[in-house]
Amino acid sequence: MTALDPTLAGLIAGIATQRIRTVDLTNILSPDFPVIVLPAEFGQCEPFRMETVSRYDGNGPAWYWNNISMNEHTGTHFDAPAHWITGRDVPNGTVDAVSPADFIHPAVVIDISNEAAADEDFIVTRAFLEAWEASHGPIPPRHWILLRSDWSKRVGTLSYLNLKDDGAHSPGPDAGAMRFLVLERDCVGLGVETVGTDAGQAAHFNEPLPAHSILHGNGRFGLQCLTNLDQLPAFGSVIVAMPLKIRGGSGSPLRVMALVAGH
Amino acid sequence: MSQHPPRDKRDPLARRKDRHVPPGLRSSAMHAMSARAAAGCFVLQACQDCGAVTYPPRDACPRCWGELLWQDQARGALVLCETTIRATTDLYFRDHLPWRMGKLALDAGPTALAHLHADLKPGDRADMHLMLDKGGNAALFALPAGGRPDMDDHQWREFTVPVKDRIVLVSDARSAIGRAVVKALHSAGAGLIFAGMAPPSRAADLTDELSGLDRVQTLPFDITDSSLVAEGISKIAGPLDIVINTARFVRGGRNLVDQKRMMDIAVLGFMRLSAACAPLLAGRPAGAFVDLVSIQALAGEAGFAGYAAAEAARLSLLHSFRHDMRAQGVRVLSIFSGPSDDEDHQSVPPPKVAPSRLAREVVEALHMGRETTCVGEVASDAMERWLADPALFVREKNL
Repeated sequence: MTALDPTLAGLIAGIATQRIRTVDLTNILSPDFPVIVLPAEFGQCEPFRMETVSRYDGNGPAWYWNNISMNEHTGTHFDAPAHWITGRDVPNGTVDAVSPADFIHPAVVIDISNEAAADEDFIVTRAFLEAWEASHGPIPPRHWILLRSDWSKRVGTLSYLNLKDDGAHSPGPDAGAMRFLVLERDCVGLGVETVGTDAGQAAHFNEPLPAHSILHGNGRFGLQCLTNLDQLPAFGSVIVAMPLKIRGGSGSPLRVMALVAGH
Repeated sequence: MSQHPPRDKRDPLARRKDRHVPPGLRSSAMHAMSARAAAGCFVLQACQDCGAVTYPPRDACPRCWGELLWQDQARGALVLCETTIRATTDLYFRDHLPWRMGKLALDAGPTALAHLHADLKPGDRADMHLMLDKGGNAALFALPAGGRPDMDDHQWREFTVPVKDRIVLVSDARSAIGRAVVKALHSAGAGLIFAGMAPPSRAADLTDELSGLDRVQTLPFDITDSSLVAEGISKIAGPLDIVINTARFVRGGRNLVDQKRMMDIAVLGFMRLSAACAPLLAGRPAGAFVDLVSIQALAGEAGFAGYAAAEAARLSLLHSFRHDMRAQGVRVLSIFSGPSDDEDHQSVPPPKVAPSRLAREVVEALHMGRETTCVGEVASDAMERWLADPALFVREKNL
């Protein structure tokens, strides 16, 4: 038997004929891509850096390659449960232990772009999500929740990190929204266009950094610095996200893509 | 980026000018004099036996074969006679003819030939300066006694780094020291100052007070990022006369992440910046690279061990870079300082150097063409003790 199983054959044919669209949700990993800035008392995230080893020159006449360095949370990246103290005892909580079955999950895309444009500190609450469900339909279990904020359109400008004298300003969820998504909707994880799953000012919430705390404490994942979420439907896309297999790693830069049925 | 201020108009078809440096062969005794001239000292050899002061430098006293030691000497001198050189086979001096030399009776004793400031004539009193020529070798220069010399004297300019109207890059203008350096250069009349600002930036940085100064342009620049160094320099898009490396990262303790960043800025960053700027500086009539180094580079310092190590590596690179640039006539200046009165040394008690003082000394070092400058008591004292007894000084700094 040399032919593909019909299920896989259908997928491959769908991609080949573009009945299944592939959408790259990844930003370009480059030295100028901003990384999260923590308050001065904490250690900082290292940006992406690249030094050329050879480029068809004396150090390698026929080949081109670079040494690269970065933090695990630089560029479009994946957060494993062990990234957060709440997830430190979660089984298989590091990137090398993530099950391959978790590399592919469907997604729900929640559009908060208008709200984020009107209020850069827009907070996604449980009430907002319930209202969203009322107009779009219920969020199914075992889905990635992707927040389309259109923040990726700010990449390359100072308004992406949006640092002001009192810290970063960007949208994100509160604790009520996170408990709803994790405990009542059994989400796989939260994917955002901003530099962190939490809002820019989330350290000041009365339950600080709820997205990290609640997602990872319950063994769920995070995806940050996504782009092209505006090309995805609210329901029906499938996300492929495979972090690097770093031993004991807390996260990893990665390529994230979506499969979307229909033209 | 807004419009650049106007630069020199140049013949578009003119061939690029080759730059030459004065002849470089010197005796070992003369190199010892150059090493002292680098720090701005006016020293001559004095015999330990007969007391005679001698010039030019020798290996033994020409009167009694006694041992010669370097000593600070009175700068005063009387111009005896002068001559103007109008022809020479030396390529460097051919570029600068006519050239005046004088014979002077030094108050210290010897009679010496020296380069003459245009305002001096026979019978005038002069102040002697031991300067480094473009090739990095000591030479006597006679300035009119007292007062500040006319910086525009064409011979004096060959021994100094004029700042007025020059185009300058300050690698990190976000720090207190960097900002002070930009302002000092601005006051000194620099033609155009590129003020490097490392990401990440706040929205408020767009209206930074530095970018409000005329002749100052802020520039995204980060010496830990090769691509941003290249991009930043490409935006200068024209001649670059002076580079001032103010970038540093100061942390105590033994955190490896901090240490890596200290090395990345002090060592690799220096290498990225110097390599990228060297060809631009080499093409200029008075190119200079100024690096701010911690005096802790000399002997390490318990408490700032990692920072001192990074600075020691930076100092070593600086010495080698000076060698590399000497043949191009580019001056490489080291500005040593102790703790600065800014956020980097919050935990260190005074005396500390104010950023504005450090900045003034940077401009002064350029004006005097001084290769090595110690700013503040901490740095001056440390240098003196290190020169006197390195082993003891290392022990004292790490007790």
